[in-house]
Formats: sequence, structure tokens, C-alpha cells
Amino acid sequence: MTSATAAFPETGGGRSGTFLKFAEWQLALPLALAFASIFLAPLLMLVGVSFFNDDKITELGFAQWVKFLGDPFSYKVVADTMLLGVKTMAATVLIGYPLALVYLDATPRLQKVLIFIIVMPLLLSVVVRTFAWIVVLGHEGVINQLFLSLGLISEPSRLLQTELGLVISLTQIEMPLMLLPLISVMSRLDPNMRDASAALGASRWRTLFTVIVPLSMPGLVAGCLLVFASSTTAFISQTVIGGVRLIYLPLLIWQQSLVVFNWPLAAVASLTLLVSVLSVVSALSYLGRRSSGYMHG
Amino acid sequence: MGRRRSFTDVSYGLVIGGLAALALLIIVAPVVIVLMTSFTEGRSLKFPPTGFSLQWYEALFDPSKSRQIHRAVSNSLEVAAYSTAFGVLLGSLAALGLMRSRSKLARFADGLFMSPLVLPGLTFGLAALMYFTLIGFRPSLHLIIAGHMIVTVPFILRTTTASLSQLDPALLDSSQSLGASWFYTLRRVTLPLIAPGIFAGAFLAFMASIDNVPVSLFLSTARTDMLPIRMWGMMESTLDPRIAAVSGVLIAAAFLLMLIMEWTVGLTRRMRD
Repeated sequence: MTSATAAFPETGGGRSGTFLKFAEWQLALPLALAFASIFLAPLLMLVGVSFFNDDKITELGFAQWVKFLGDPFSYKVVADTMLLGVKTMAATVLIGYPLALVYLDATPRLQKVLIFIIVMPLLLSVVVRTFAWIVVLGHEGVINQLFLSLGLISEPSRLLQTELGLVISLTQIEMPLMLLPLISVMSRLDPNMRDASAALGASRWRTLFTVIVPLSMPGLVAGCLLVFASSTTAFISQTVIGGVRLIYLPLLIWQQSLVVFNWPLAAVASLTLLVSVLSVVSALSYLGRRSSGYMHG
Repeated sequence: MGRRRSFTDVSYGLVIGGLAALALLIIVAPVVIVLMTSFTEGRSLKFPPTGFSLQWYEALFDPSKSRQIHRAVSNSLEVAAYSTAFGVLLGSLAALGLMRSRSKLARFADGLFMSPLVLPGLTFGLAALMYFTLIGFRPSLHLIIAGHMIVTVPFILRTTTASLSQLDPALLDSSQSLGASWFYTLRRVTLPLIAPGIFAGAFLAFMASIDNVPVSLFLSTARTDMLPIRMWGMMESTLDPRIAAVSGVLIAAAFLLMLIMEWTVGLTRRMRD
């Protein structure tokens, strides 16, 4: 907590520099103090609270960790949460990557329209986007009405409160997070690369997989990271579309902290969420660095 | 281009084009459908909507019937305004402070300030709830403002640092060698040049605060209700059709904001670069 502030005089060359340099690092102090007192301190306290046995937070011990890590149900919840993130990530890549390719080939005018369509959902509350899927997937929703009238199904099928429905919804909800890094990396690609590949006789498929995909890897990895991190912690979408029967870590954390008031167990669950999300995220970014390192050397 | 189109090229066009069309449909259709259902004449939100009426908008704008929603909106706006203002102040100062430092500690500080972007928001939200409660604070908008400031300041820091890194150091040096004080240089040279970056960051931070769920979920109470949490309540157990009207208003607001951003700062151009 103090490490962020105490050692600051070392930046900017200490007092050996001019007064100017000395003053400059101090400008970061107010934010550093804010982060120490309302970011690091709460997180440390969260770790602390997880090591109490009882929900009155009086008795130190590992009981909650033992309880959480000894329960097969916890592993199922963690695995389901991670799988939800992976499935959403795969679905956004499957339809988002082609859209980015189409964007790349589009005329500037069409590009403007596409960017507008892609960015606008970002300005739209996640709750609105979640609500939209209730209208689409609900019992009297768009998909059921459409399929009923086409005679594809004879009675409304259940789409809300299923994992399939949740993955479809999250695919739309998280799509901008995939598309923006992808498009920003792809539009910096040298168009000559693709032309050269085509001139050398490669089919468009071959150009895609041997030229465009490897070169756009940094954008793809960045998009995957954001989508994974966001969909695994999307509390509102998970609870409203997934319902209470599909239990993911965020719901568990919310129940334990604000319904059952077992703070130590909630702390254990949220630290588990933190560790599992961060380890997948760092594994992905490691893969991303390796693939881009391979490209350049 | 005059090449004969082979089978593989046609299949490429079909598959890629088809998947991209599906992506566009999935992005756009739900938004359009929500807008249409919000004008329904019926008592429920089924699709296709029956008739046309503004009943849910009337219910939403009725000050006595929808008092809770109105309070949540004003709370959300207040929190977003204050947390963005504090974020701009502290964030741009920190960006200036860390601008020229290459030390390990400066890099650590930068990593720390950006970490709320990757940290699961729920973990911080719960941590903040425990911390504020255990040290004896009562729930209030101030605590929510503090929490939102932490999770939205990375946006301000990132855009401000980006515009600082494009600043030509020769400008600052010449200003100083001409006898301008550090503060005068800041006011007349640095700030005007990085203002667009700060503004872009402030905009992103404001929007992120309005839309924040994980921090508000833990820090807000019935008295300090926030809009996304209120909306969650409106669809959690039984669906309150006024949420369609709220969504309609927010969709219109997002559309307007996009147009304004496009005209003023060329948002789509910035996104592409």
C-alpha cells in the first residue's frame, strides 16, 4: 500500500535533476494516493476477509477456502464460467473476423457505415443490450414467433435460461470488444501483402490463412482477451438471460455477499474469479506475444 | 482483377460474406426490435408489437409513477459527472507526471493505474463494499463516485498519455528556453495540444461510469439507486414493460452521441487510426 508512494522520489532522477523534473513526478502523487487508499487497500482487505472462518468476521482460519476448494460444485461453477468465456470468444471470432475482413475490403463510404454500426452498441448500456435479447429469445419472443409461423416448431421452445441463449446474447453484447482491436490492426496491414499473395497464385482462402490471419494476430488476441474477461464477469447478462439455474461465479459471489451475507466465502469466490480470469488472460497474451515474435523474427 | 473467378474464390465470398452478414444481423436486429416493441399498444412486450402507442414512454416520463427511475437517472448522471471530473483532474496530472519517467517505479505506477481495466470489476466492487463497510462508512453517492473514479480513470490516462507521447519535446524546450515558466508552458503549450486526448478519455470515462454495473451493484442501496441496477431490477423477476421505453430513450441518446462525436471529433476516423 505504501510501496506505491514511498519510493516515488526515485523517479525523475531524484533531487539531482532540475526543480522541474522534481516537480513532475509529484503530479502522479494524488492519483497514487487515491489508488493506494481506495483500490489497493480494499483488495488487500478482500484477501484478509477471505481468511476468516465465520461470517461475523471474528475468527481467523482457512475454513472458507477449505470449504470452497473442497466442494466439487465450486469446480463445476468455475469450469462453467471459464467455458462460457471460451464459447463466447469462439463465437465472436467466428462471425466477427469475417465482418472485419469485409470491412477491410469495403469502400470508404461503406467503412464509415460499418464503423458506425460496430461502435454504436458500445455507447449503449449493457443492460439495454441484455434486455434486447429477452425480447428476442423470450417465450413470446421474435425467434419463437418466427419459427412457429414458419412451422419449424409446434410450440415455443425454451431459449432463455439456456446456455445456448446466453452464448448467443453475449456474442452480440461483447462483439464490439472483438471488432475494434481487430479492425484497428487490420487496417494498418500493408495491402501490397495481399496483392502479392494473389499475384503469386494463392487462392483467397490461402491468403487469408497464411497472410492475413498471422499478421492480424495481435488484434485477434487483444479482442479475445477483452471478450473473455468481459463475458466471464457479465453479471447482469448471466443472471437475466441465464436465470438462476445456470450458476456462474459472478452470481455465486453476489448471492454469498448480498443475499447470504457470508463475506469470507464471497471473498474466496471473487479471488477465485480474479485468479482464473487473470490466468487465462495472461496465457492468451503470452500466446499472442509468441505468435507476433514468430512473425517478426 | 480480370482473373477468372475460381471455385475457391466463390466459396470464400459466400462463406465470409455470409458470416459477416450474420454478424451484422446479430448486432443490429436486437436494437431495432427493442425500439419497435417499445411503441407497443399491448400490455406485454411480445413481438411483433400490436398497434402503436406511446403508453410506456408516458408511464416512464410520469414524475410520480416513475419516481424511482428518475432518481436512479439523476444519481447516475451525478456520479458520472463527479467521477469523470475527479478522474480528469487526477488522471491528466498523473499522465503529465509519468510522461518522461522511464524508471521501474513509474512503470509500476502506470501498470497499477491501468489495472482496473483487466481486473474483474466484481472483485473490486466486493472489495470496496467490504472496505468501506468495515472502516465504518455509510453507503452514499460519494463512495460510488470514488469507486467509479478508480475504474474509469484508466480511459483518461490512456488517451492523455497517447497524446502526450505525440507531443514534440522541442516545443516544450523552446517554450522554456524562451523564458516561460513550467506552469506557463503547461497552460499555453501542453494543455491546448493534449486537450483532444483528455476530452476523448473523459467521454469514454463518463460513458463507462453511466454503464457501470459491478461497482454500483455492491455500493448502491435503495436510496442511492443507480440506473443500470434499477433496470436490472425491472427485468429480474417480472418484466416491467417500462424498461422498453428506458431502452428506447438510451438507444436514441447513443445514436445522437455517435452523430455528435462524428461531427465534432471524427470518432470513426479516430477509431480506425
